[in-house]
Amino acid sequence: MVLDSKIPEGPLAEKWSKHKFNLKLVNPANKRKYTVIVVGTGLAGASAAASLAELGYNVKAFCYQDSARRAHSIAAQGGINAAKNYRNDGDSVYRLFYDTVKGGDYRAREANVHRLAEVSVDIIDQCVAQGVPFAREYGGLLDNRSFGGAQVSRTFYARGQTGQQLLLGAYSALNRQIHEGKVKMYNRHEMLDLVVADGKAQGIVTRNLLTGEVETFAGHAVLLCTGGYGNVFYLSTNAMGCNTTAIWRSYKKGAFFGNPCFTQIHPTCIPVTGDHQSKLTLMSESLRNDGRVWVPKTREMAERLRKGEIKVSDIKEEDRDYFLERKYPSFGNLVPRDVASRNAKEAADDGRGVGASGKAVFLDFAESIQRLGRAAVEAKYGNLFDMYYQITDENPYEMPMRIYPAVHYTMGGLWVDYNLMTTIPGLYCLGEANFSDHGANRLGASALMQGLADGYFVIPYTVGDYLATIGPKPVDNSHPAFAQAKKDTQDRINKFLSMKGTKTVDEYHRDLGHIMWEYCGMARNEAGLAKAKQMIRELREDFWKNAIVLGENEEMNMSLEKAGRVADFLELAELMVDDARERKESCGGHFREESQTEEGEAKRDDENFAYVSAWEYKGDDAAAELHKEQLIFENVKLTQRSYK
Amino acid sequence: MSGNMNLTLNVWRQKNVADKGRFVTYKADDISPDMSFLEMLDVVNERLVKKGEDPIHFDHDCREGICGMCSLYINGRPHGPKRGITTCQLHMRSFHDGETITIEPWRAEAFPVIKDLATDRTAFDRIQEAGGFVSVNTGGIPDANEIPIPKVIADEAFNSATCIQCGACVAACKNASAALFVSAKISQLALLPQGQPERYRRVQAMVAQMDAEGFGSCTNTGACEIECPKGISLTNINRMRRDYFTAKFFKEEEIN
Ligand SMILES: Cc1cc2nc3c(=O)[nH]c(=O)nc-3n(C[C@H](O)[C@H](O)[C@H](O)COP(=O)(O)OP(=O)(O)OC[C@H]3O[C@@H](n4cnc5c(N)ncnc54)[C@H](O)[C@@H]3O)c2cc1C
Ligand code: FES
Repeated sequence: MVLDSKIPEGPLAEKWSKHKFNLKLVNPANKRKYTVIVVGTGLAGASAAASLAELGYNVKAFCYQDSARRAHSIAAQGGINAAKNYRNDGDSVYRLFYDTVKGGDYRAREANVHRLAEVSVDIIDQCVAQGVPFAREYGGLLDNRSFGGAQVSRTFYARGQTGQQLLLGAYSALNRQIHEGKVKMYNRHEMLDLVVADGKAQGIVTRNLLTGEVETFAGHAVLLCTGGYGNVFYLSTNAMGCNTTAIWRSYKKGAFFGNPCFTQIHPTCIPVTGDHQSKLTLMSESLRNDGRVWVPKTREMAERLRKGEIKVSDIKEEDRDYFLERKYPSFGNLVPRDVASRNAKEAADDGRGVGASGKAVFLDFAESIQRLGRAAVEAKYGNLFDMYYQITDENPYEMPMRIYPAVHYTMGGLWVDYNLMTTIPGLYCLGEANFSDHGANRLGASALMQGLADGYFVIPYTVGDYLATIGPKPVDNSHPAFAQAKKDTQDRINKFLSMKGTKTVDEYHRDLGHIMWEYCGMARNEAGLAKAKQMIRELREDFWKNAIVLGENEEMNMSLEKAGRVADFLELAELMVDDARERKESCGGHFREESQTEEGEAKRDDENFAYVSAWEYKGDDAAAELHKEQLIFENVKLTQRSYK
Repeated sequence: MSGNMNLTLNVWRQKNVADKGRFVTYKADDISPDMSFLEMLDVVNERLVKKGEDPIHFDHDCREGICGMCSLYINGRPHGPKRGITTCQLHMRSFHDGETITIEPWRAEAFPVIKDLATDRTAFDRIQEAGGFVSVNTGGIPDANEIPIPKVIADEAFNSATCIQCGACVAACKNASAALFVSAKISQLALLPQGQPERYRRVQAMVAQMDAEGFGSCTNTGACEIECPKGISLTNINRMRRDYFTAKFFKEEEIN
């Protein structure tokens, strides 16, 4: 199979408009004859479901939480980018495009990223019209802040709860369509398989998380908007339920998986305190606008601090190493995430980390509080400071925060073409679940932008083209593929329920997380990856022999839900390791120790690796097959990223 | 580890909505004060699972106080003893060694128990479906800066919009009223220019749905405001009442 990215011809800035014109349209009277299945109700799913229903399509929407509004988009803090140039500081669609391609270390498609930058401006208009209460200035106009990897202020925000406010906007649009009868909402339904019939995606299999009922649903197209798979690392900033099941099952039905190893480790999270820890909490990147990152200059001093022999206030200004400001004078504390994370790890590995475990660096607001006043800092970051205080019992107004990198976002996901269609006709993938737009590293405030771009402004056009092609012939679940997929799912559930071993599913998940963090985390090398592959296989084998799953199917069953998710993570992990091994260069968040510059920065190898890896499933016992989509750069020049 | 605590838990167990339910006592030994409340339950659950006993079911997801999925009535208070936080943000350092902790689900007719500590709060979604939106379609929207909004208004709308739909207000109220929740959404949109065209229809539709769901009426006791993890203020209820009565006594064209 040859990968066709379907990137339109023509100059970069005209591709999307031309493409929109060339796409087939569905006649308004015919739209109601189509059903579209939307799995996931985060920014990507809710915006897609609402927009498609407004156009007249029938939509069936699914989420695993009890309410559509609880999708993990709700937790996004810092903001959303848009090339509005309200600040008159030199921003433009082209600059947002350029920053995003560069930030992604030249591993994203130019055409996709340019489209994203183009529609970014419409997103803000849309959200304001829905009643999203963005932060404003005294003159009544919208306020902006800066984020990493950019030298302009283009980030729109709603205090530290931007994702919440954007999601509530999309959720309200969704509610309006539920009210109109155009969307049927299925909450507490988990998609456990994809139904492919006659070579096309035609439906899904779900388990009702309250009753255990396994059902199939048919549609003319299926949109997966199921978020990221960072929980493969066990500890991450994701919600407890975030999973890979929907995209992993679809991968096993023929959708290629793009760049699975591209993971973003976020520099500013609250450090781990013990084995009991179930998740990690992000402290928004926006804090790096006003917070300064440092560690003690010497190991001796760091050690005395860790032992409690001296206090932070005992360390004189000249004994502090503001390492980001020192190494990257032009971007300072606002270097992209991958750079900031690696530098924090380096400081800790060098024995200069802080906190009891030494796995932390300081993020210090003393200077900002002095310059701006406590009230101003509180107005900007109050909720984040409170959150920090709740978790650590330390007051960040009085002493510096301790932060450390944590798994945050997955740039990888199902491979999609320019229309957001996977390699299975009729199966689309939107938001964090797809691989598009962010290359090897996502810039802050760009995921919210991408989710809403995909849902509000891209899919309404591109899915229409496919639907017009297949025609409005009614679909139902009478095709034998439905019964088969349902039976496979039931068999799998029964298999889980028969597992009465000695080790809990959580223990397996934790073990998997340790392996991934150690060998496929912030720094990777051949020997470690080879070892990880072996360890994952052994762990997976052991899981199927020795895990405990309790209870019955016909009830709410946490242990069964968890078992299904962890079983899929145990398979995905191996593909991530394969991908990381295959990519022998460093790029963005993927740091191969074998490939670094003399200064220890990530060294790309454009000659050999300027491609998207797209993996094809070949069976449980066979190796996945790697396909390569070569990336062609016609507008930006590939240079070694420098933030110095 | 030193500093760890031994606790006794009195937990509500109920197999399903039909089951009568009862309290069951569990020992929670060797609990670190750095654990969150839900991590403490995770530990208890892992120990139960190892013994082959069904784990205690509860709702949760983000574990950072924003999704509104966690609930728990702890020692007689929604989200436990501290103000301004959710159960998932509560840490065990708020308890002391040897303490007995009682854990129950939200209790309200409109929130039936699903299993153990998990309840059905979909009534809240239905209230918003009835009118908690601005009727604009995707696309064709004028520039976001076309209508300036005074900062104080935008900030106040934001304050109302921070509600996480957890239901603590209902659980705290002796009447199981949903007035705080419903009024927060109504206020957010009533404060903003974008919400004006549908302001009075919205309030009527949402209040009608709230009543249909079986929530009790608001008698101004104010427990909801105290227990709300997001500090949603009673002022919202006043705004809702004002709009509701305006809508009842005047014709739409007179007020708009
Ligand atoms: C703590 C945090 C802070 C962040 N801050 C920012 C920020 O400031 N700016 C920014 O741009 N980005 C930020 N991000 C990233 C951004 O929030 C996410 O990438 C984005 O919101 C993902 O949206 P989504 O719609 O793709 O997925 P989600 O919002 O995760 O939604 C996934 C949906 O899929 C459903 N689902 C999943 N699996 C299944 C299944 N098997 N069956 C049925 N339903 C399923 C879920 O129920 C949910 O509805 C942040 C992320 C985190 C974790
Ligand atoms: S789990 Fe999300 S608010 Fe508590």
